[in-house]
Amino acid sequence: MTLLFHFTLFVYGLATAAYLVYFVSRNKMVRTASRSILLGAGGLHTIYLVARYVEVGHTPLTSNHEAVSFFAWSVTWAFLSFRWRYQVKNFGAFVSPLVAVLMLIAAFSSQEAISLPPALQSLWLPVHASVAIMANGFMALAFCGGLMYLLQEREIKKKKFGVFYDRLPSLEALDNLNQHCLAVGFPLLTLGIITGSVWAKQAWGSYWQWDPKETWSLITWLIYAAILHQRLTVGWRRRRAAIMAIVGFSAVLFTLWGVNYLLGGAHSYAG
Amino acid sequence: MLADGIVIIGVNHKTAPVAIREKLAFPEDCGVPLMTLMDIDGCDECCFLSTCNRVEVVFSGRDHGEASRAVRRFLFSNTGLSDEEAQKYSYFYQGRDAVDHLFKVAASLDSMVVGEPQILGQLKKAYRDAAEHKTTGVILNRLFHKSFSAAKRIRTETNIGGSAVSISFAAVQLAKKIFGKLEDKSVLLVGAGEMAELAAEHLVSQGIGRVVVANRTLERAAKLAQRFNGTAVGLTELLDKLADVDILISSTGATDLILRKDEVKSIMRQRHNRPLFLIDIAVPRDLDPELNDLDNVYLYDIDDLKNVVDINKAEREKEASRAEGIIAEEVIKFGQWLESMEVVPTITALRQKANAIRDSELAKTMGNLKNITPQERKSIEMMANAIVNKLLHAPMSFIKGGNGANGGCEHRQVNLDLLRQLFDLDRDSSDE
Repeated sequence: MTLLFHFTLFVYGLATAAYLVYFVSRNKMVRTASRSILLGAGGLHTIYLVARYVEVGHTPLTSNHEAVSFFAWSVTWAFLSFRWRYQVKNFGAFVSPLVAVLMLIAAFSSQEAISLPPALQSLWLPVHASVAIMANGFMALAFCGGLMYLLQEREIKKKKFGVFYDRLPSLEALDNLNQHCLAVGFPLLTLGIITGSVWAKQAWGSYWQWDPKETWSLITWLIYAAILHQRLTVGWRRRRAAIMAIVGFSAVLFTLWGVNYLLGGAHSYAG
Repeated sequence: MLADGIVIIGVNHKTAPVAIREKLAFPEDCGVPLMTLMDIDGCDECCFLSTCNRVEVVFSGRDHGEASRAVRRFLFSNTGLSDEEAQKYSYFYQGRDAVDHLFKVAASLDSMVVGEPQILGQLKKAYRDAAEHKTTGVILNRLFHKSFSAAKRIRTETNIGGSAVSISFAAVQLAKKIFGKLEDKSVLLVGAGEMAELAAEHLVSQGIGRVVVANRTLERAAKLAQRFNGTAVGLTELLDKLADVDILISSTGATDLILRKDEVKSIMRQRHNRPLFLIDIAVPRDLDPELNDLDNVYLYDIDDLKNVVDINKAEREKEASRAEGIIAEEVIKFGQWLESMEVVPTITALRQKANAIRDSELAKTMGNLKNITPQERKSIEMMANAIVNKLLHAPMSFIKGGNGANGGCEHRQVNLDLLRQLFDLDRDSSDE
């Protein structure tokens, strides 16, 4: 099991290296290779998740290791599904390092299986947790797109064309990417909160009890809702949208980890 | 020996001033020059290229001394120059140098603006015309195809054509980096300077959706707008129009700024922050330099664009030297093919191929036959040998025969080429 996980991690590392080599060299063969390697890593990761499910006997989304590993998995597949629909130049050079870092974090957290208290043994666990984390996957993509936007915009604005100008796509393409990620990610996020609340009613008796995780999920949701609202009404697009995608993603990360370590609460045993 | 048969004689922007080049210009139809060239004794195959910066004849044949003089006479027939003077204004490449030159022309390394893409298309057209008039044969067909594939390789492996080296094109490239596709975007031309027109032309050719022209005199605006299928407005409507265009190119003769930061700031709100690309090619400047500080507004003045162009030019020089490395490789490959297009190497290659097949099949068969005497083994080997020899006898005497009785050297090349294709002899050596 651990071996499979480490091997997956290694292949992710390989994919990241390949994407970075493509970023520098712009050799098309390297690009094809990096895609295949990432696809391989994504496949291995899927096998690992299934194996883990069989091993621990419930959906492997309860420990920090499991949650972060699933997070990395959803970023990867969100990215690969994007690649399939349309191409954003050198997106992989930004996404794959993020995935690799997430996998490293997962590797360093305890891989011990956590047995579930009876209250949480429900079908809602896989539904709620996977939807919420998949939403995070798309928000992570929006974050990478936002970063790329700011880097590219800086060179155009300052009129100093460095490493990014030729390598990154047009500002318009990056802005569309941002919009697309939010268009998929936001409904998932909403669904994550709704399913969580239904599950809470079932497990604890009330839909909402303001534990820190819930509060922060709500804050995150409000940030993204504000981004979308402003985008559609006053035209927060482009640069501001890129900055907001980065702000939103920091809220996502805080909800995922900050809450656990700093604030505790009902979710704290979980990821 | 064959390599020496390829000759290029021509005139380009480096060897002859425009006063000479314009006298050399030939009408569109290539048929007449091609036929004239084919009549020259010693010219077996030929192709004729005429563009505004170069006129070249590529031919292949024997006895090129006399033929070259005739080709030069033909090229300079309208100038009244003597052959000595004609030699001064033209270049003469032969053999490997000719191959190298043609590859460089195709890859746009010999162009006035290194890396400009038109020349490859012009060369392809020249070749197509020649092929239609059946003035090319085995040698030139391969030579041109290889020059196209070398050019393509250079396009993909180097960044030679990647960056804009003219101000108007640099502006278009920036627009593409900001807006991605230009189809649903619009441009507002303010003033009607030559450079603005050029930039607008580039934008139109890159598929910009809509052109609006604003000018002090509406009549001039209307004229220009008509050229780009756009609309014309008076200068007073500038601010209104600015709310719904994406690119503005300003080139008025105004001595004062025509657009200030505050004006655009309020317009950006109206535009829902859709980005605005402002290009100021007027001197003195039309647009407030501080406009660049606004969010989602990108202002480039003439000096900024010149900087972009200078950087790109330096980049091209660097890429050009990489391209020359690729050309050297391709010239060597072509030279190898040319050498193999003789009777002796072809026979050797055919023999080698047949022997290799014989040996591997024999080894397979012998492996299956365990209980045979050395004598039986010997007779099987002899039989295989005999089959190979008898099969090869006819094709070999066919190409040897083509040498004398069946016509000239051109005929022999066609036969050689046919044979090489039939037996697939060029697979490893020169094809990609």
